[in-house]
Amino acid sequence: MQALVVAAHGSHLNPDASDPTYAHADAIRETGAFDEVREAFWKEEPHFREVIRTLESEEVFVVPLFISEGYFTEQVIPRELRLEGWDPEQWDSDGTSATEVTLSVGDANKTVHYCGPVGTHDAMTDVIVGRAERVTEDPDVGEGFGLAVVGHGTERNENSAKAIEYHTDRIRERDRFDEVQALFMDEEPEVDDVTDFFESEDVVVVPLFVADGYHTQEDIPEDMGLTDDFRLGWDVPAAVDGHRIWYAGAVGTEDLMADVVLERAADAGAELGDAIEIVRAGAGGSVTEPADVDGTAGTTKTGD
Amino acid sequence: MADATDSSDPVDALLATVDDGDVAFDGLRLEPVADGDDGRFALETPTLDRSTFGRSELRDVLETVEEYVTNWYYWQGDVGGEGTARRAFLRWCERAPVVGEAVTAPSAETTLEANRTARETANGTAPETTAEADQSLQVPQRQDALRDGIDREWGQLCITARFVDVDEPDGVRVYDLWHVDDADSDVADLEVYDDPRTAREIATTDEDGRYRPLKTAPTLPSGWAFTGLSGDELVETVGSVYPATIANWHRERLGELDVDHWLETAERQTGIYDVVDELPRDAVEWMADACCVDSQCLRRREWEYEEGDELDVDGGDGPFPCREPCSLVVAAARKWAILESETERTYELELTTSEFNQLGELIDAVAEGRTDEIREADLGDGANRYRARYLRAKRFDDDGLEARKRPEEY
Ligand code: SF4
Repeated sequence: MQALVVAAHGSHLNPDASDPTYAHADAIRETGAFDEVREAFWKEEPHFREVIRTLESEEVFVVPLFISEGYFTEQVIPRELRLEGWDPEQWDSDGTSATEVTLSVGDANKTVHYCGPVGTHDAMTDVIVGRAERVTEDPDVGEGFGLAVVGHGTERNENSAKAIEYHTDRIRERDRFDEVQALFMDEEPEVDDVTDFFESEDVVVVPLFVADGYHTQEDIPEDMGLTDDFRLGWDVPAAVDGHRIWYAGAVGTEDLMADVVLERAADAGAELGDAIEIVRAGAGGSVTEPADVDGTAGTTKTGD
Repeated sequence: MADATDSSDPVDALLATVDDGDVAFDGLRLEPVADGDDGRFALETPTLDRSTFGRSELRDVLETVEEYVTNWYYWQGDVGGEGTARRAFLRWCERAPVVGEAVTAPSAETTLEANRTARETANGTAPETTAEADQSLQVPQRQDALRDGIDREWGQLCITARFVDVDEPDGVRVYDLWHVDDADSDVADLEVYDDPRTAREIATTDEDGRYRPLKTAPTLPSGWAFTGLSGDELVETVGSVYPATIANWHRERLGELDVDHWLETAERQTGIYDVVDELPRDAVEWMADACCVDSQCLRRREWEYEEGDELDVDGGDGPFPCREPCSLVVAAARKWAILESETERTYELELTTSEFNQLGELIDAVAEGRTDEIREADLGDGANRYRARYLRAKRFDDDGLEARKRPEEY
């Protein structure tokens, strides 16, 4: 028997934070590829600490629903799961290349395949582009458009910027959009000045975040000048300094994220049958539509 | 999973299984005896003395102890999962003897489970043995009880185990689940569901639509029912409402609950939670009183300050244990660790005796979550909104409560 654990942050304050986690886990459940699929959280239940014991499978694939390698993937999750002998060096990663480590755990007789985060997987590049397609409602969007991929920046974690730049470079190489630019919340080039970095009139802005929350629904829209007050919502596209900004909201709400989770597990040796094809075929939407902005998103700052 | 699944007829399945070796389960014993070539079998149940039969007679005899056969078929074929928490929980649901319980009848579930039971009973380590064991039912009693349905409570959940076919039970059970407050309600008045995933949504918010970050808070909304769940679906549904409770309950019964006490958990924390191990011993006591008592959380707190240093606050009476401070308590501890680093000061302020008492009433009302219940015009209650607004109008200045700090050197 094999089990999948989708490990996410969750929130004590905002119930919506875990919606994408549940949605992607459900999509994977539907494929029947795993005998058990379980969500686990830092701030919700089951906690990372207690998830392994809820499984009957001997073989467990843990995929962190996080954007970058860093504090959570290197310290918190391995510690709370009781991964025995874990050392971040085992990933042998340059900051975006972690794939998998196979370890045992301290509280159960199981083999755990601890995977790299979804955010740095190559398949994530397609999800970002897919998000741009959805927000513009144009499956061929690219020509005449700029694309901005937005992340935290290095203040919290150096690898966070690396992940953003990694996908930005990959999209740029595809020559699909006229311009592609990485932007950050807490370092240069800053998302506040988004229009300074693009000549294209139309710019799609995709935040590389796993869930919508304070940053994607309050900070970024206000900082970019889409709205004076996030509670009033904003238009998609919104006119800013002679540009049209197509703001996509968190990429993690995109259906196709389930595919990235599966790819991670497959890279770690999970037997998936045709699950990836099923998930790709079914990925026709998102947990929250990017244009579904009425300013009532119940977002609250968690700060941790 | 046992061979039993290979055949859809319980008697056929049992005959196929006994060819491979002894069957001993819930009072039913059937074993091949080396006696001649065509094979004879010894059969015994609590109501049938051990006798031997040839294969051809055996089928007819088994029909007479059908309840033991269908019971065996359900547990070994449908449920399976020997030694798992899922199986133990489903057995608990119908008061069948479970791991960790002293069982009176020697012929109860043998194999691993009974061996463990015997070992733990001998060590005296098995929790809550006698009280539970007295209530556990053997096959004939369960057969009757499952026609009516056997009810159990798990936090705010009420679970009923029952036979699918009441008139001619074939051993197959289904499970119904609802809120304890709805135990006397007509199912027609409840929202009825059968998809375990719906439970996730039900458990997300309380009766007033507020988010429930602690799944075991006693604030589960009522008004719904799941009916006709399979055993697996029941376990999944309970797992959505009260995650990991079954797994930890099972470990506790085996005497294997791995408790992490406050200090171990606190010292493990890093990042913004690095500070929580600075929380004073007294404050941990107050914290457990604030967060972990039964009125706030249905998990029974088994963690203490540290090994050998128990907290005075009552851990609660719930069926499922809490094995370490949860994330909500750790987050709260961070707040208190920071607040407790402030030094105490003495303030002077003017209040009438009633106003002083009113402060107490206000704190009490908030702490008990009672503010919503105080009637608009109940001016007799110190936590009434008009009373609070009046006190604020009278005693607050621009910075809040008007008071003088005593100089530090005092
Ligand atoms: S730490 Fe306290 S509040 Fe948290 S689950 Fe345990 S008993 Fe409940």
